Amino acid sequence: MFSGSFILQIVSETSESKYLGLFNKARQKNETVAGVILLICKEALQHHGISLSMEGVVNLQLSSKSVGVFEAFYNSVKPIQLISSNIEVAKAGKIPGGKTEIPFEFPLHTKGNKVLYETYHGVFVNIQYSLRCDMKRSLLAKDLSRSCEFIVHCQPQKSKVIPTPVNFTITPDTLQSREKNSLPKFLIRGHLDATNCVISLPLTGEVVVENSDVPIKSIELQLVRVETCGCAEGYARDATEIQNIQIAEGDVCHGLAIPIYMIFPRLFTCPTLETTNFKVEFEVNVVVVLHDDHLITENFPLKLCRL
Amino acid sequence: ESMQLCSALCVRQCFINNSRTNKLSISFATRRSRGRNYDAELQRCGLEAALVDFGDYHPLKPIMVTDTKTRRGTRKGSTSSSSSSSSSAPPDPLSSMLDGTDPLSMFAAASASETPDLGRRKREKEEEAVGPDFEPWSLKRGEILARFTTTEKLSINLFMGSDRGKATSQGSAVSEKVRTRLEELDDLEEGSQRELLNLSQQDYANRIEELNQSLKEAWSSDQKVKALKIVIQCSKLLSDTSVIQFYPSKFVLITDILDTFGRLVYDRIWTMCSDPRPLPDNFTVEDVNDTAKETCLNWFYKIASIRELLPRLYVEAAILKCNRFLNKSAIQETLPRLTAMIRGIGDPLVAAYARAYLCRVGMEVAPHLKDSLNRNFFDLLGTFRQISSENVRAQLVLQMVEMPEYLTLYSPAISWILQCIAYRAPESLLTEMMERCKKLGNNALLLNSVMRAFRPEFVAARATDFIGMIKDCDEAGFPKHLLFGSLGRSLASADPPESERLTILNEAWKVITKVRSPQDYINCAEIWVEFTCRHFTKREVNTILADIIKHMTPDRAFEDAYPQLQTVIPVQSVELHFQFLLFSVLQERFLPFLDMFQKDSVRVEVCKSIMEVFIKHQVELTRDPVILNAMLHICKTMHDSVNALTLEDEKRSLALLIIGFIRMVSFGRDFEQQLSFCVEARATFCNLEPVLVQLIHTVNQLAMETRRVMRGNHSRKTAAFVRACAAYSFITIPSLSSIFSRLSLYLLSGQVALANQCLSQADAFLKAAVSILPEVPRSISVEGKLRSSESFLLDFINSFLATLLVIPDHPEHGVLYLVRGLLNMVQDYTWEDNSDAKVRVYISALPLLAAMSQETYLYSIPKVDSNETLYGGDPKFLSEINKLCETLIGQILDHLKTLGRDESTRRQGALAFSLFGVLLAHSDLRNNKLSQLAVNLWNLSHKHGYCETRTSVRTLEFIKHQTQQPDMAHLSDMVQRLTLQSRT
Repeated sequence: MFSGSFILQIVSETSESKYLGLFNKARQKNETVAGVILLICKEALQHHGISLSMEGVVNLQLSSKSVGVFEAFYNSVKPIQLISSNIEVAKAGKIPGGKTEIPFEFPLHTKGNKVLYETYHGVFVNIQYSLRCDMKRSLLAKDLSRSCEFIVHCQPQKSKVIPTPVNFTITPDTLQSREKNSLPKFLIRGHLDATNCVISLPLTGEVVVENSDVPIKSIELQLVRVETCGCAEGYARDATEIQNIQIAEGDVCHGLAIPIYMIFPRLFTCPTLETTNFKVEFEVNVVVVLHDDHLITENFPLKLCRL
Repeated sequence: ESMQLCSALCVRQCFINNSRTNKLSISFATRRSRGRNYDAELQRCGLEAALVDFGDYHPLKPIMVTDTKTRRGTRKGSTSSSSSSSSSAPPDPLSSMLDGTDPLSMFAAASASETPDLGRRKREKEEEAVGPDFEPWSLKRGEILARFTTTEKLSINLFMGSDRGKATSQGSAVSEKVRTRLEELDDLEEGSQRELLNLSQQDYANRIEELNQSLKEAWSSDQKVKALKIVIQCSKLLSDTSVIQFYPSKFVLITDILDTFGRLVYDRIWTMCSDPRPLPDNFTVEDVNDTAKETCLNWFYKIASIRELLPRLYVEAAILKCNRFLNKSAIQETLPRLTAMIRGIGDPLVAAYARAYLCRVGMEVAPHLKDSLNRNFFDLLGTFRQISSENVRAQLVLQMVEMPEYLTLYSPAISWILQCIAYRAPESLLTEMMERCKKLGNNALLLNSVMRAFRPEFVAARATDFIGMIKDCDEAGFPKHLLFGSLGRSLASADPPESERLTILNEAWKVITKVRSPQDYINCAEIWVEFTCRHFTKREVNTILADIIKHMTPDRAFEDAYPQLQTVIPVQSVELHFQFLLFSVLQERFLPFLDMFQKDSVRVEVCKSIMEVFIKHQVELTRDPVILNAMLHICKTMHDSVNALTLEDEKRSLALLIIGFIRMVSFGRDFEQQLSFCVEARATFCNLEPVLVQLIHTVNQLAMETRRVMRGNHSRKTAAFVRACAAYSFITIPSLSSIFSRLSLYLLSGQVALANQCLSQADAFLKAAVSILPEVPRSISVEGKLRSSESFLLDFINSFLATLLVIPDHPEHGVLYLVRGLLNMVQDYTWEDNSDAKVRVYISALPLLAAMSQETYLYSIPKVDSNETLYGGDPKFLSEINKLCETLIGQILDHLKTLGRDESTRRQGALAFSLFGVLLAHSDLRNNKLSQLAVNLWNLSHKHGYCETRTSVRTLEFIKHQTQQPDMAHLSDMVQRLTLQSRT
């Protein structure tokens, strides 16, 4: 019988952090994931082979509100496998007691003509890559396994991004609201430095409250993900908030440019993605909250890319 | 003075060498004591004057330097021309060692010519360091906490975690107190909400401190997320401007937590990269390992996703320093971004303080990045109109806070920002700032901060401009007297151009005098008094004091303004040393001014500070009736404050001050006036003994001064005067309670009286001294401890005996009346048990008696006939002395016997040895009985081996040496008989 402690651990080459140092590694096709399998046991351990498997999957999920309508398309939301491979690390044998390190290197070979998407943690779309180490053991003992996520960053989609500044003006007249006539007067101007953004750089711009009859309570930047699942027959499109960043609090000084500045959060954003089965897009809303809790929202679709 | 008589005992030690005169052989039969020729003895034992050629060298002689350059670098910021050193003044040896340039400036000059690269690096370093002349935040901190207080109830509202479960308190039945307590039970758990209501200011501070502690705890227990949450919640509190008066203090408290957090994060990342060896202080990005960078980046990502603006801003500012790990230019890029971010804060007060915090962090981390400081200030100017916005007004009405009070809340923040900007800033920048303020319509609040933050020299040089600006600014909200107060503060430490001074004062005072509220008025006036004292004459100062009195008298307004009024006085007094005229002018103003201090304790404090300054700065003696009158008044006030409850220390310090004053008073040759001053002073200060003692000393000194002026020959008038002095002392001494001061004053006054030929007075003094001897207690308290009075008493009796030598006998009393009287008192005095004191007195009386039997006394008082002349060596007188000596020696020997019986052989030996010494020095040892006695005493003292061999050996050597002298051959016989005790 097996007794004593046993630790199986996969240590990536680079760091302790969850965001493994693999960001820049998946650029070429033959990029590898490297690391160490760490086995710690008190006594010598018998096993029937150790294997390492890599998997990359896109999980699609329909939002609850859509489920009823689109149940028909159930097939289209089954997980899409991007990569899957398996290597044997050690043949059946014995591991001596103590600490054993088994280094490994795993090539990132895609399945057929599939493309590797960037890691993305969303609500309805999840793109995840993981490594799993399995140790087979005799019938009496349970098999052991550990897994670990690694992050994939794609090669740049474009070599250069030409910023496309966007100016905007918000007045009661520009709003598409039924009650726009009942709204107090205000004039808010501003610009975004670019809507095609580099994901590693912040979103920047300025907003100026030129005048407002009602005091302003808050100005916020709402980063929204728009996830679309489906196929040609039909699709489900859901917009959810990623984060909300307040850039102004209280009745700000009129005529003074307030900076728009937002860092794209890691994991929760990825370069804008469009495939046959799903789409991941991002938008930003400039939200002005008036003192009487009126919300004024100006929406800007973003195009994220990686340089 | 001439009254410094050495004691009879000393005579023995001084005149080692002996000689005889032929006169002695005549009186040999009747005299037991050795005849002395004091002059010859003195001459022989004097050192031979050796002539030493010192040459030109003298260590204290200044090194002569022919070419001296004037010192470089005038006093910092002084506008007055530096005084060039005059050639007649001796040059400072230290500076003259170097040929003009000091080593530091030489190095500076050298480094300037070094390779440009090195020079640049050096300059960079200089830029980075903030010098000691930058007033640190820690100083401001306490000031702000003390200044911005409130009695309103405060509340802390903390959400740990999500904002979802918001539970508002809507008329809950549970009492507030219970609720608070219940909420205390929940810890800072995830999602829990804590709302603490009804906190007093102190409670609030304590809570914040608790949070600070829990932050540290969370950090040390590796709950980094919790730590971050605490910090976020705390910085969120800064957006709450309810109880607005407390906001500056709140800012101070909360930024403390942020500082802690910033330090913790920085230190953690720092330790992460100090793995093989610690990072150097000036590390670069390359020295930082990837793990540390990753962690650091994580913090910034985490903070960038904080939802609310204010916490995001504050927390990022708190860890600004961590940017050093990531990127060389990161700080440079972050500061402007954060500066711009503050624009999003609507509330002007919150924004101003956020800017202050950013400037503070910026100054700490990257003091060379001036641009963002300036940017901050310009943004502040840009948003200034917010202060008068509707929102703010509504808030003030709600909180019932007046506009002026609200505006003062800004001053710490704005002052701090300006201080950062003004620090080592070029003149041009300051001028630009001033212009910008002007453009903003001379906003009073800004102007005030500018005047406070900029260098006083800068402000002083443009004082007229500033006055113009102050006049032009709209008074809405910010009272002008505060502006003039700030201006006055600058002018107090830097001088404006001379030609403008009077105009400045006039303009300022025009405004100040119109201030209605006494409190505001005095706050401002207080500042300007110093300026006035410094630059103007009595007329102006007088006018200002008159104005202050006029303002402060109605409705007893002065009662609330004691601290300010109190500072007015030392301020003007500090100037006394070159403006002493004040006192002479203030005759009609000064005392009324003092009268405003009607609370006793305050008044006494004021009086004390005046006296201190007076004593410190009054160099010359004075007889000016105005000063005397004023000072007497002040001293009387101090004296009258003494009562039964006054502490000893307090009494002592008061007495010292009054004594200091008395010593300053001198009427020159007008001795009678001086005496009557002393009489008056005695009446005024009767409760303070040290003062009375001083008065007696003063009067004694007066008598001696009279004697000096008359060269010892008193006219009838002066004789009467010195007798009056003696009378003064005689009636003052008994009122003292300390027995030893009485004794020593009696003795001293007796000596003075004797020196002034007032024989009966001297007699009376000495008699009085003798008569109070029995009252001397056995123990007295010295510095709070009980100590035996014996040694003091012995000292006194010895010096008393020395005086007795020159006191002529009273014709109506018997021979040696006073000596006998003293010895009788000594006999009757209840000495301590087991004490040899009485016998010691007897032993020391013997040299006196020996000295008295001389033909010519060792010393005498000019124009006073001592016993030597009175009796002229009368055999009867000598036999009286001999009888007395015999009695004394008999008593001493009896005592020695008693000691032998009591087995106190050590004491016996010591006494015997000292008697032996006396006999050796003063008695005529040719007398067989005496020499036998001496030998016996020697043997007795050596009998028990307590004698110090070294002393014995030296004594023997001395005697042998004596035998070389003429007429001392007889001693050689005795030496044969003195044996040294051999210790085997």
